Amino acid sequence: MRDFWNRYKRNRSAVFGLVVIFLVILMAATADLLYAFDPFRLAGKPLSSPGTNGFLLGSDSLGRDVAAGIVHGAKTSLLIGLVATLVAVFIGILFGALAGYYGGQIDNILMRVTEVFQTIPSFIFAILLVAILKPSIYSVVIAISVVSWPGVARLVRGEFLSLKNREFVQACHTLGMSDLRIMLREILPNCLSPIIVIGSLMIATAILIESGLSFLGLGDPNIMSWGFQIGAGRTMLRSAWWVCTFPGVAILITVLAINLVGEGLNDALNPRLRERN
Amino acid sequence: MMRSSKIFKFVLKRLLQGIPIILAIVIINFFLLNLADGDAVDVLAGEAGSATPEYMAELRAKFGLDQPLPVQLMVYLKNVVMLDLGYSFRHDMPVSELIVDRFWPTALLMVSTIILAVGFGILLGLLAAMRLNTWKDAVITVFALITYATPLFWVGLMMIVVFSLNLGWFPTSGMENVAAFYEGWDRVKDIAVHLVLPTITLSLFYLALYTRMMRASMLEQYGQDYVITARAKGLTERRITFVHVLRNALLPVVTMAGVQVGALIGGSVIVESVFAWPGLGMLAFESLFARDLNLLLGIFLLSSVLVIVVNLIVDIIYSLLDPRIEVS
Repeated sequence: MRDFWNRYKRNRSAVFGLVVIFLVILMAATADLLYAFDPFRLAGKPLSSPGTNGFLLGSDSLGRDVAAGIVHGAKTSLLIGLVATLVAVFIGILFGALAGYYGGQIDNILMRVTEVFQTIPSFIFAILLVAILKPSIYSVVIAISVVSWPGVARLVRGEFLSLKNREFVQACHTLGMSDLRIMLREILPNCLSPIIVIGSLMIATAILIESGLSFLGLGDPNIMSWGFQIGAGRTMLRSAWWVCTFPGVAILITVLAINLVGEGLNDALNPRLRERN
Repeated sequence: MMRSSKIFKFVLKRLLQGIPIILAIVIINFFLLNLADGDAVDVLAGEAGSATPEYMAELRAKFGLDQPLPVQLMVYLKNVVMLDLGYSFRHDMPVSELIVDRFWPTALLMVSTIILAVGFGILLGLLAAMRLNTWKDAVITVFALITYATPLFWVGLMMIVVFSLNLGWFPTSGMENVAAFYEGWDRVKDIAVHLVLPTITLSLFYLALYTRMMRASMLEQYGQDYVITARAKGLTERRITFVHVLRNALLPVVTMAGVQVGALIGGSVIVESVFAWPGLGMLAFESLFARDLNLLLGIFLLSSVLVIVVNLIVDIIYSLLDPRIEVS
């Protein structure tokens, strides 16, 4: 662990990313203390520019506080990013592990299914899923996970393929362990590093997809999110630039920080990969 | 002669491989359509204002909606094969006609985006790799990192604020100034001016991607043995870079351009709805609000087929670029 941290902190931008993410999480966790009211509420004079009428970042055309929306939206983005990624990683591990471990016909069928999902243009598919399931936080999570698991499946399959004939796995077979136990307790822990790296980068992508969906009006109508704020502010672009600008900066900073951490994890967990470059 | 017949066989084989994927997507499409609340008859009845249950049952029988699901699936498959994607009740037009109408603006946007993103991506990646660890490399790397993390719709809106509203260089939306009745070259110029901001917006993300990839690919090639050989026989660094390394480094970038087409189509939905560009993406955005599912599914199907076709084309280009690759 200590060793891992020493390798991680050699990458300064990754440490910076970690600090930023920590701040965003802190902001999300204290949202109800910082702005202890519903972010959809009329909080004052509409279209106030930043710094006026008691609005730090201005207000939108309905008098909603942009800063309050950003703080409450952080919860939505982080939550959806994390949950959707966990679901996608779970599906990916299931497909990849079964395909890689059993091979043959099972591998063939599962990989064909994966290929179909990889071919489908993911954002349009996500739009379609949310439109059909009706916009809600659940349908957004489902849509994002359904479009993002194939990458994990391919990765896990590759790892399982290369590990399943190793001596330690053969030893497990000789000991009479069940297939399930070998897969979960012996092989899976050995391919956790690449899964963690791809998972961390997927959180960033999930946040971008979520913001795109809610920008198009497909977010949960009862939950504040950054994409929704930008979508609601776009008609006022000429008179109130701040409504669209600040939530976008929040997305940019969060996604950038997560990407930096992902790269840092990659360097720290796969040191050999780093030395090749 | 041998080679061209081999390539022909390869194309045929890849075409045959694409068919089951398209079939699977059509089936997914059919089930999504059935998952949605209400069918075409409900929509029709809603449009008409009111309808008796008897009339609705009669309509369902007419459209075959009272048949068991497998029969409906076969009918749907047959229709798709005949290029009949259903009827858009909002636009009062067959979906396929509507899609063909709106295809060309999207094609224009995508082609100009690919040219810009691949061209500049290769250039910037090359520059960063040649000036490794200098300030130029750092600037390019940071630029790529930031654009990689920026939501497209936000970039589009910021472009509008800066270049349209404040500077007034480019129009905020649309594909042409319809009221001006331009003809000939004036019209081409008008469309080109409208094209600038959407193209830059859509290409930024891919520009970042190709830049990072080109840089990594160049660095990998610099480490190969043939570069040492080239140095040993006294070639200039310039010649090594442009004649030997560059050609090999381009290959993975070309492949990636094909893989990313699906994402590009998704991006065009966002960019077209920001700039009111009258293409397929805008159509998808409109159909979302009109709850016009037939249309949305049609666009989805077409874009999936597009991805398969583009990947096939990229594979063919790839096999032409790199004679080492066996096309069999």
